[in-house]
Amino acid sequence: MTIKLEERLAATLARLILDPAAPPARHIAVGAASPIPAAACWLVKKQGHPVRLSLLHKRSGNPFSEGSRELFDLTGQGRIDLFFLGGGQIDGQANLNLVGTGEWPGTGVRFPGSFGSAFMYFMTPRTILFREEHSPRVLVPKVDNISAPGVSEPGVFRRGTAQALVTGKCVFSFHPDQARFSLASIHPGETIETIRAATGFDFDVADDVPQTPDPTEAELALLRGPICDEMLETYPEFCARVFGRPSDGRRPEGAGGLNRPASTKDFAA
Amino acid sequence: MTLHTPGHTPDSLAATVPDGALLALPPDNSLPSVALARALIRRGAKNLRLLGVPVSGFATDLLIGAGCVAEVETSAVSLGEAGFAPRFSAALKAGTIKVRDATCPAIHSMLQATEKGIPFMALRGLIGSDILRNRPDWRVVPNPMGDGVSDPIVLLPALSPDVALIHGVMADEAGNVWVGRRRECATLAHASKRVLATVERLVQGDMLEDERLAPGLISGTYIEAVAVAERGAWPVALLDEYAFDAAHVAEYARLAKTEAGFAEYLARYVFNTRAQAAAE
Repeated sequence: MTIKLEERLAATLARLILDPAAPPARHIAVGAASPIPAAACWLVKKQGHPVRLSLLHKRSGNPFSEGSRELFDLTGQGRIDLFFLGGGQIDGQANLNLVGTGEWPGTGVRFPGSFGSAFMYFMTPRTILFREEHSPRVLVPKVDNISAPGVSEPGVFRRGTAQALVTGKCVFSFHPDQARFSLASIHPGETIETIRAATGFDFDVADDVPQTPDPTEAELALLRGPICDEMLETYPEFCARVFGRPSDGRRPEGAGGLNRPASTKDFAA
Repeated sequence: MTLHTPGHTPDSLAATVPDGALLALPPDNSLPSVALARALIRRGAKNLRLLGVPVSGFATDLLIGAGCVAEVETSAVSLGEAGFAPRFSAALKAGTIKVRDATCPAIHSMLQATEKGIPFMALRGLIGSDILRNRPDWRVVPNPMGDGVSDPIVLLPALSPDVALIHGVMADEAGNVWVGRRRECATLAHASKRVLATVERLVQGDMLEDERLAPGLISGTYIEAVAVAERGAWPVALLDEYAFDAAHVAEYARLAKTEAGFAEYLARYVFNTRAQAAAE
């Protein structure tokens, strides 16, 4: 099986989660409609790293017993170490716009809204920004409206900022002291020029930018086997499209190449 | 009004909601009474001010499309997998509704202030966001408990909805409504002036006497009236009772792209009470 972009992105996000230079990720929360970040978190967990995952839109086994405010209460206390955010627009200072284009509150194209971003971005020690679409309409010089700012004035309480921005074309690192992105790695098929052409904001480029590595055989086997099992209930369409898993949950012949007995869960969906 | 007297229906409860009320609805994954939203449309409610607790979904888009809504305060409006909320987006663009954007924990905190009977709550974050810039009712003050070092913090006023519409799984003879782990519905009920609830079924006795059920209850103290509406959250999910009807919401999203399509949807699923009774 060829490596799918979604698999590369999940493995890339997993490496960022495990980055030893970043604050530890003991408890990660993943929001709605985020199958690739969810797959990345499962990859970290299935590789044996001790991490607690709170998947907010799991239909059964919702992680909280105090309703949706518990996520924000936990985060307010600093008990959520890492969260993922995206945006309809993201600019070169890592400002996020989830409200809409044009005048407030989105008189051009209205996006759904800011959700918890204006709180979560401040209160988690680190945020990984993820947006698969890498285009000048998404990655803009300056967002039209700020749902959540990329950096804050000195004196404003803030635990962390973006660690990185992962797109369908590359990985950017974020440098909060300069409020600027730098190109960290380029996915196969892209060049610095194609990335510049698709990016509305200015960013730094070192002399030697590596290619984003392929997922390893072991990572692919985990993603296509036990991680797909975990995600099937919440993201059946994603599992069918990316892992070729039919919605009855049965693995296609040879998928994942795993020599482990099927659990009842494999067939439960 | 007494609790779940046999005569109550979603329509009789909707008749008691005045035009212009500040109406709170939980989001699609957290027990909104879509049956009451449909009944409000049938009654021709006007100028409602909707509050998403803390975000808004299907019922909000339906009420906006039907012309029942003047204002929306929420942290986001979406149909989940079915994408953006079409009638909300159209009304915002046409300028027929006023939209007040918030962020999820701010809405929870404003309700918690009312729950505690205090004038405001403090919340971290927000500073530097255009959400705050567009909320003259939210204030930034120096942390009064700080040690003299600069520490600005946002204060949010207490918020008390006129009416909350909740769809629980069951109600008992004491008027308690069981919502399981969705405790934000309890906070909403505690903070609202009136709670109108629909439920799947009525049960005998008093669930507060059952240790295993009591933690999932909204006490009857807070509930004004209950009506039975089987599948009253449909097409959204109700805990482990039934799943989100993705095919129906996708059909809605497709029809609601145009005003004519939306009118067709209303005729088929909201005003056609026989079809609606079959669905609920």
